[in-house]
Order: sequence, then structure tokens, then C-alpha cells
Amino acid sequence: MTLTLDAPRIVETRPLLEVHGVSKSYGPVQAVRNVSAHAYPGEVLGIVGESGSGKSTLLRMMNLEEIPEAGSYTLDLPDVSGNLLELDRFARRMLCATKIGIVYQNPHLGLLMKHSSSGNVAERLLVAGERSFATLRAAATEALDASEFPLDRLDAPPIELSGGMQQRVQLAKAIALEPALLLLDEPTTGLDVSVQALVLDTLKRLQQDRQITMVIVSHDLGVIRTLADRVMVMRRGEVVETGLADQIFQDPQHPYTQQLVHAKL
Amino acid sequence: MSLSTLTKPWEAMSYGFLDGSAKRELRRKMLKSVAVPGCQMPYASREVPMARGWGTGGLQVSLTLVNLQTRVKVIDQGADDSVNAASIRRFIARVAGTPTTMDTLEADLIQSRHRIPEEILREDQVLVLQVPNPEPLRSVQPNMSIARQMHADADYGRMWLQLYEQIVRSGRVMQGASYPSLVHGRHVMTPSPIPRWDVPKLHMAKHLTILSAGREKRIFVVPPFTRVEPLVFSDVPYKVEEHGALTCTRSGTTGFFMNEIPQDDGTSSFEISDSEWGVKTIRARDGEGENRGETWYKDGEMPQ
Repeated sequence: MTLTLDAPRIVETRPLLEVHGVSKSYGPVQAVRNVSAHAYPGEVLGIVGESGSGKSTLLRMMNLEEIPEAGSYTLDLPDVSGNLLELDRFARRMLCATKIGIVYQNPHLGLLMKHSSSGNVAERLLVAGERSFATLRAAATEALDASEFPLDRLDAPPIELSGGMQQRVQLAKAIALEPALLLLDEPTTGLDVSVQALVLDTLKRLQQDRQITMVIVSHDLGVIRTLADRVMVMRRGEVVETGLADQIFQDPQHPYTQQLVHAKL
Repeated sequence: MSLSTLTKPWEAMSYGFLDGSAKRELRRKMLKSVAVPGCQMPYASREVPMARGWGTGGLQVSLTLVNLQTRVKVIDQGADDSVNAASIRRFIARVAGTPTTMDTLEADLIQSRHRIPEEILREDQVLVLQVPNPEPLRSVQPNMSIARQMHADADYGRMWLQLYEQIVRSGRVMQGASYPSLVHGRHVMTPSPIPRWDVPKLHMAKHLTILSAGREKRIFVVPPFTRVEPLVFSDVPYKVEEHGALTCTRSGTTGFFMNEIPQDDGTSSFEISDSEWGVKTIRARDGEGENRGETWYKDGEMPQ
């Protein structure tokens, strides 16, 4: 038996997400200054930094909630083109609903607290235009199951659920439409360590199963280390260091990163 | 030429109670809302000698539209003779000198709360509905600025969330009145607290319907021959109240919207909610003349 091999070729993978030179200031405070970032398909990009380093602002820009004063933002997807920052409100909303999922640190930002959990997930599909009750119900159940939410609490409102459960509902809502990009803003902060580990476990499994591109923001190096392939360190609105996760944790170059890694260990 | 010849003689109040500028503003807003069916237009709601929430919005529209020939009919929960309906009718007649009627077929202008008459309205008739809460998005979006943006974007996904919740919780859509409906394929409106039974009457109707909320200062319109489609899931059909088989204890007819009257023994008896339609059927039964018009519902079913 002969084995035929393809001729060697250059692998050309373009980044799925590209943010170029974005800046944002709130009055006199410059939250983000000329930051660029990119993430390849299926990759997990971690953003670390202390409070006020602009990492959450950057994430909100990626979710098109916040429009920067300068810069460009592109997603390399079949039916998306051009600088997303120039879209009008309507196009922006449709893009966010169908292509991007987000999990906030505070579940009150992402969930309707008094509606049922399955309704919260279904809302995502409703915004995208699904109008069949049976389909909504099935999709909501499937997404909640995938994020390891106990299905006997399917119709309990998030306000009656524990913090870890609320994060799972947010996660189910974010992945319900199988987005190309999943943004996580401190998804485990405020949860106790054992629940944190369970949520991280779910995230890791989801990432392996679905190969979703993720951007995860955290000040907790442990979380970043568990999930991220590549890490970006931010301080005072600027990127001080980027590199592969191992590189950053084993051989930090910038004094601030060294300090950060040292403080953790 | 002196000032006294140029000015109008003194009057205790203007014709139809509202002053000229108030009426002019209301007319302009009505025209605007006819042009954009179902879209809520803000207007400066005036004081009328009635508490806000008792039909001041509808009253202002009626007072603007009437002239000396307009026959006015006022309904409150289907009844012409309830206190609120009688007071409003008397007030309009007193300040505008209009003839009044209880007969739906004779009326030119019908102001109503909670019901649309059972007889089909004609092209030359105007229906004015009193609206307590004009914003259909209020239950899903408490922030009114964002709600207005959602209207602008036709972002109505969350309205179905409300229906979803009701089906999940109770197994069926529980929305009894003010059933959210899409007007002309664009704006979702709340058709005032009319029962589900009455919503299909607005769809492609021949008459003009003006909905006005005095307290919330909003006016919106369903022009004649405009689509009004209740929001539904594609696999859960719209259902009106199951009144088609109920029999009116006073007139003996079936197939209309009924008022439930609880009895001492725990059972209920029913009577036709549209009081004038009930009176007409009783007269017809007793052989006292037949002046019944065509009804929207036939044998308890709305023909498609």
C-alpha cells in the first residue's frame, strides 16, 4: 500500500477577530489607548490586568456595546465584512445577536432576572427571528443542557438560582445561537472556588466540543492559565506584553507581568 | 372699526369644551398617526373635568371630532347605560350640542372602553378607544427611552418572550386583554384592554379606529383596511375566548361575547356583553321590529 502525501503548502489561517488601534476615553480618563488584538479561529485569548486597566472596556468594544473613538474592528466571517464600528445600530444589534455571545461578571447585566431561565435563553433566538414555540423550547433545553444546567430547574427564574447557576444560564444564552465568538468578562469572579472549578470545566469542555473562539477577561491568573492559549497583559489602557500562555507564565518579560506572575505564585 | 367688532363675543367656554389650539394640535396628531399606522404619537393632553385614567384621552379625541350633526354613542365595558358611559355621553352632548344614540348603526362616533360593538362598523363611522397603557413593550422593557428605540428598530422579539413565559407557566397564552398586535406589518400596538374576542374585528376593518391615552399622552390609529395581526407563535394559533357556545340568559342567543354573572349556587349565568346588541335581539325575539345589523361573528365564529 502506498501512502500519498499532499504537497507541502503554506497554511493561511486568517484571524477571526481583529481589533486594530482602538482608543476610548471617559472624560479625562483614557480607558484604552491604541490597543490592537487578534484571535484565530478556535483560539482562546486571555486578557489579564489589574482593575481599571481597560480590559473590560476592550471586551465591551468587541461586543459593540462601546464604540471607540478611533480604530477598526473586523470579524472574518462569511457574511460579515468591513469595519464593524461603522455599522448602524440595527445592523450592530443583529450581528451581536447572531455572531457574538457574551457572559458578564454580573448576571444582572446579561439576564432578565424575573423571566424563566429557559425564556432567557429563548430570548436570544427570538431576537434572531425564531417564532416556533417547539423549536424555541428544544433549543433552550439543549443549550442549557450543554452548559450543564440541571434541567429540572429549566423554568426557574435566575433570581431564585445560585451564582454558579446564573452563570450557566448566561453561558447557555451566549451559546444558544452557536456564535462564532464568545466573550467572557470575569465569568467566575464572585463564585466560590469549587463552583469556579465546575464553571471552568464546563467552559473548557465547550471549547473542546465546539471549537468556539473565545476572549476571556480576568484578573485571576489561575482562570487564564486554565483556559487561554494566548495571553495579553494590559495595564493603564495599554498592552504591555503578549505571548503564548506558557511563555507569559514561565518567562514573563515585562516588569509588570513579572510582578503579576510573582504575586500569583 | 373697533376692538369689539373684531373680537368674538364673550363665551363661557369654546365649542366642544377644548380651546381651538388644543383641537388643532389633536387633529394634527391624528393625521400624523393615520399616516404611520400603529405608531404612538405624543400629544399635549389637556385637562378635562374628569380624572385621568377615566377616559380623558378618548374624550379629548371625541370632543375634537364632533360637530352639531355627529351622533355620539359611548360604551363602557359593552354597556351604554353604565355610569361612566352615561356621564361621558351627557358631557359631550352638553358641551357640543350633539345628538346621542345607543344604536351602533345610527352612531357616527363611538367612544368605547374595553369593547368593540358586535355589529360591523361602516366606512363612515369612527371608533375611539380609551387606552390606559399605550406601551406594549412596558412589561418587557421598563425603560421607555429604550422601548422607543425598540419600536424604531422593530425589535419586538421580547414580546414573544412574554407569550413564551405564559405558555411555559400555564400551558397556554394567558394574555386576556390588550393582546399585542402588529399593525400594517410594522408597529406593535396594544389595542387597549379589549378582549381577544375583539382584536380580529380591527383587522382590515372598514372604519377608522383612534386609540388615545390621556394620562400617558399618546395617540395611535388603525386606519381603515389595515392589517392588524395578533402576535403568535407559528405553531401555537391565536385563540379568542371560548364564548361561541355560551347562551345569553336574557335573550336566548348564542355566539357572542358574554358577561359572566355568578349565581348564589356557585354556577354562572351569562348575558351578552354588548348591551345594545342584547336589547336588539330581545326586541327582535318579541317581534318589536328588526333593525339588527350584520355582526362580525357568525355562529360564534369570525369568518376569515
